[in-house]
Amino acid sequence: MENTKDLLKRLISLPGLSGYETPVREAIADAWRPLADEISVSPLGSLHALRRGQGAEPRPRLLIAAHMDAIGLMVSQIVDGFLRITEVGGIDARILPGQPVIVHGRRDLPGVILQPSPRLLPPHLGEKSAIEMDYLFVDTGLTPEEVSALVRVGDLVSFAQPPLELGGDTLVGHSLDNRASVAALTACLEELQHRRHLWDVWAVATVQEEETLGGGWTSPFNLRPDLAIAVDVTHARGPGVNQDYRAFGLGKGPVLGWGPNIHPALFKAFKNLAERLDLPHAVEVMPRHSGTDAIAMQVVAEGIPTMVISIPLRYMHTPVEMVSLKDIQRTGHLLAEFITGLEADFVAKISWED
Amino acid sequence: MDPQNLPLDLLERLSNACGVSGDEGEVRKIVLEAVKPLADEVKVDALGNVLAIKKARGEPALRVMLAAHMDEVGLMIVDEEEGGLYKFEIVGGIDPRQLPGKPVWVGKDRLPGVIGARPIHLTTPEERKSAIAAESLRIDLGPEGGKKAKPGDRAVFATPFKVVGPSVMGKALDDRLGVATLITLLERAPSHLEFQAAFTVQEEIGLRGARVAAYTLNPDLAFALDATPANDLPTWDGSENTTYNARLGHGPAVYVADGATLSDPRLVRFLLQTAAAHHIPYQIRQPGGGGTDAGAIHRQRSGIPSASVSVPIRHAHSAVAVARLDDWANTINLMLHTLQALTPDILAPERS
Amino acid sequence: MKELIRKLVEAAGPSGYEQSVRDLIKEEVTPYADEIRVDALGNLIVRKGQKREGGLRIMTAAHMDEIGVIVTHIEDDGFVRFTTIGGVRPHTCLGGRVQFINGVRGVIGGEKLESMDRVHSFDKLFIDIGATSKADCPVKVGDVAVFERPFLDLGKRLVAKAMDDRIACAIQIETLRRLGNTPNEIYLVFTTQEEVGTRGATPAAFGIDPELGLSVDVTLTGDTPKGIKMAVALGKGPAIKVRDSGMLADPRIVRWMVETAEKANIPYQLEVLDGGSTDARAIQLVRAGVPSGCLSIPCRYIHSPSEMVDYDDVQNAVALLVALLSNPITLG
Repeated sequence: MENTKDLLKRLISLPGLSGYETPVREAIADAWRPLADEISVSPLGSLHALRRGQGAEPRPRLLIAAHMDAIGLMVSQIVDGFLRITEVGGIDARILPGQPVIVHGRRDLPGVILQPSPRLLPPHLGEKSAIEMDYLFVDTGLTPEEVSALVRVGDLVSFAQPPLELGGDTLVGHSLDNRASVAALTACLEELQHRRHLWDVWAVATVQEEETLGGGWTSPFNLRPDLAIAVDVTHARGPGVNQDYRAFGLGKGPVLGWGPNIHPALFKAFKNLAERLDLPHAVEVMPRHSGTDAIAMQVVAEGIPTMVISIPLRYMHTPVEMVSLKDIQRTGHLLAEFITGLEADFVAKISWED
Repeated sequence: MDPQNLPLDLLERLSNACGVSGDEGEVRKIVLEAVKPLADEVKVDALGNVLAIKKARGEPALRVMLAAHMDEVGLMIVDEEEGGLYKFEIVGGIDPRQLPGKPVWVGKDRLPGVIGARPIHLTTPEERKSAIAAESLRIDLGPEGGKKAKPGDRAVFATPFKVVGPSVMGKALDDRLGVATLITLLERAPSHLEFQAAFTVQEEIGLRGARVAAYTLNPDLAFALDATPANDLPTWDGSENTTYNARLGHGPAVYVADGATLSDPRLVRFLLQTAAAHHIPYQIRQPGGGGTDAGAIHRQRSGIPSASVSVPIRHAHSAVAVARLDDWANTINLMLHTLQALTPDILAPERS
Repeated sequence: MKELIRKLVEAAGPSGYEQSVRDLIKEEVTPYADEIRVDALGNLIVRKGQKREGGLRIMTAAHMDEIGVIVTHIEDDGFVRFTTIGGVRPHTCLGGRVQFINGVRGVIGGEKLESMDRVHSFDKLFIDIGATSKADCPVKVGDVAVFERPFLDLGKRLVAKAMDDRIACAIQIETLRRLGNTPNEIYLVFTTQEEVGTRGATPAAFGIDPELGLSVDVTLTGDTPKGIKMAVALGKGPAIKVRDSGMLADPRIVRWMVETAEKANIPYQLEVLDGGSTDARAIQLVRAGVPSGCLSIPCRYIHSPSEMVDYDDVQNAVALLVALLSNPITLG
């Protein structure tokens, strides 16, 4: 079984933009197949893996969602062999100029994002202005004829930054949002191989979180879990976000969500567990909503009690996202401990009178 | 319903209770106490909605859902600073200009605190031209206030409810008026309908409770009971006020359209015909903007014909709202007569 | 097909009040449909075919509603204040004519502005229906109206208000007429309230529970002087949507549409749209998820009273939709 770091490096080297997750889904399915009793794919392409519990039937169900889609770009128009681009997911255009990319045309083509010189831009964009995506181009180095044979409108463009290991157990690359959580969920499933749990566990790698929360809206509908947990990334403290209450220490453990998008009983259970395990952790208050699949999952059909567990990550939505491998391992361990400790009547015992 | 017989005690308790979106426990407690003796089935769902059903006598009966939201707009503490000062964020739609210089209640223990403002002496005329930014405001629990509250605690305007002549003043009249109305209607539920009372959560942050409540209840039709802003003050230049939305003293506000729902015309017609038949004053809430739980309800399952009826209130989403007892009484009356007269025939013709 | 299009675009059916359009369409589809029903939100659902070997349960959607205006206040001297239903822009209002669904007609006027080169905001506009007082005004708060322009046949190009999305309604009707034997169970839905947030499509899809969803709607073009940068142009064929601002079309559906068009020798374009979305984004997220896509009709000047399409594009869209729905489907 692959270790977390190698699995994660492999996952972030595979394309899997929102709506086009197949390449990374296949890799995750390979990793999960030995860890699950059943594997299936939802109508929108989410990966569903079931680990049956040992409790008596009918067994309650826990769903853990980690979105597998990543942000990137898409060809919107081809002009003289240069590619105009639009975003898939939320991208600050200011990080784009000079980025190496891969254009997924008839075959994968290396390219670079260009910022045209000021004289080719409208007069209102001066030297200090941010250049919107509309004005940027991707240059593949090929002639216009070659481009029109190999690339067309709608083709995807992903970041080409290869994974980097910086010291202190950190990993850097694109798509760590949210492949880091997929790796954490995988670590949890590995731990469960050697442990007993009463509940059925559905590990779900959701699609399209970055665009429509599509997987979050649809996977719980037929699975109808009794509880749902979203595992995602949150902001780690660093340049520009050091004093922000919405940022947490890199390497200081998983972050537990609190707010209207979270069921207080689930927060309490995770907080008590993290303290009992002496696991470094932090609490993230989210006044309105969590910015994760939990937004959707909480209000599917009759409603589902939800929890959000987050992994701190620097420079979110850039090709140089940074994450701590320790945080990923701790998250996987915390999830496994929660699952093995889940009693059959946990939901029945939830009371709102506190 | 006579204005003399209005359940003012109940409204007072509801208005004074603290229930910011996501933290409706205090209101839920009052509601549960009130509805348990009145309903055949009561349940609290995964989001904290209270669903109370009074079955009909005889089948098949029209299933009617009525929704009133328990949550209010408020604040959440997000960070603690030195000396009893706390940073906060707004939950729901509050104009930040409503915040400076206000007392608040913080947390489950209602700790008294204040949101201050820079003294005028230390400001410049230039500065006073712009609104005070919400990020610069803090909740102050006093010099001994350190560690008394924590991130995640909610805070509300510290406004005690009171009756003032023909009006009531209090916080959270949006939508404790609706909640009190719904309890009153449940007490008098007509026996030919299945009466589905949904006391919803998290309306102010996206109509979230109503969505799952409607899915669970699966009604034939639905009414949302809310409060709507009455912007009926004089205009700055004395010209005709054409954007009042609703007006105090003009009766319940019936919605044809708001920002979230195009009301089912069959339900609107029925409401207006009922009002006319019983000489109940009413107004049409000005189309456009805003939203009620009906916005989530009408899109559930295969579609649920829906409409909203609100009590007009001045200064909604601020420290002190004002409503007329007459308007509240007429809202209850309109809904009582409507429910009594409702039959499945209302849905026989196509929506038009 | 032009007469059908004319009838449809000239009908008055703003979001929430689509009944006159629905009645018109019902008349057109009744001779060809296996089953017709109207749901709780007014969606018109027309079934053709039963699911057989290799077939799927498919939902297509063309929306019946158009953008419009709704009365907010009648002034003492009979002028009518309004707000918008759907994405109406003030630029297209001043001097425009409107028709209320109760038959009353009027013209949009505006207050005096500080300078001639500003655009009115909606609160500075009003409708003049010729009343002189509140008492003699035949409209009231809550009444709804649409913009009024007659259909214009320029030969290859057709112009009207509400091409969005009556042109797609026409395409769906014509497709139904031409559909012969099919292994698919097809629900051609004429949806309501798309313009105010794809509200009708969600319940319609929930009720049908389709395995595949396809909306038919208009899309913008990049072929007008110094216009938006977009790879779609009038006259180059119907567009196969890859993405818009509300959704990513299922790649398997894009592939299926492209292969079908190429096999049937129908011209097509690939579409990436930066602003705007369709019923497909709602259908995609219903229940456990529905692989969805969109067949787009290139259209200039969307959400103005003079939307322009190319008649060849329209006919090619019908041919493509018939080809897509007539054969067994493997999404792969």
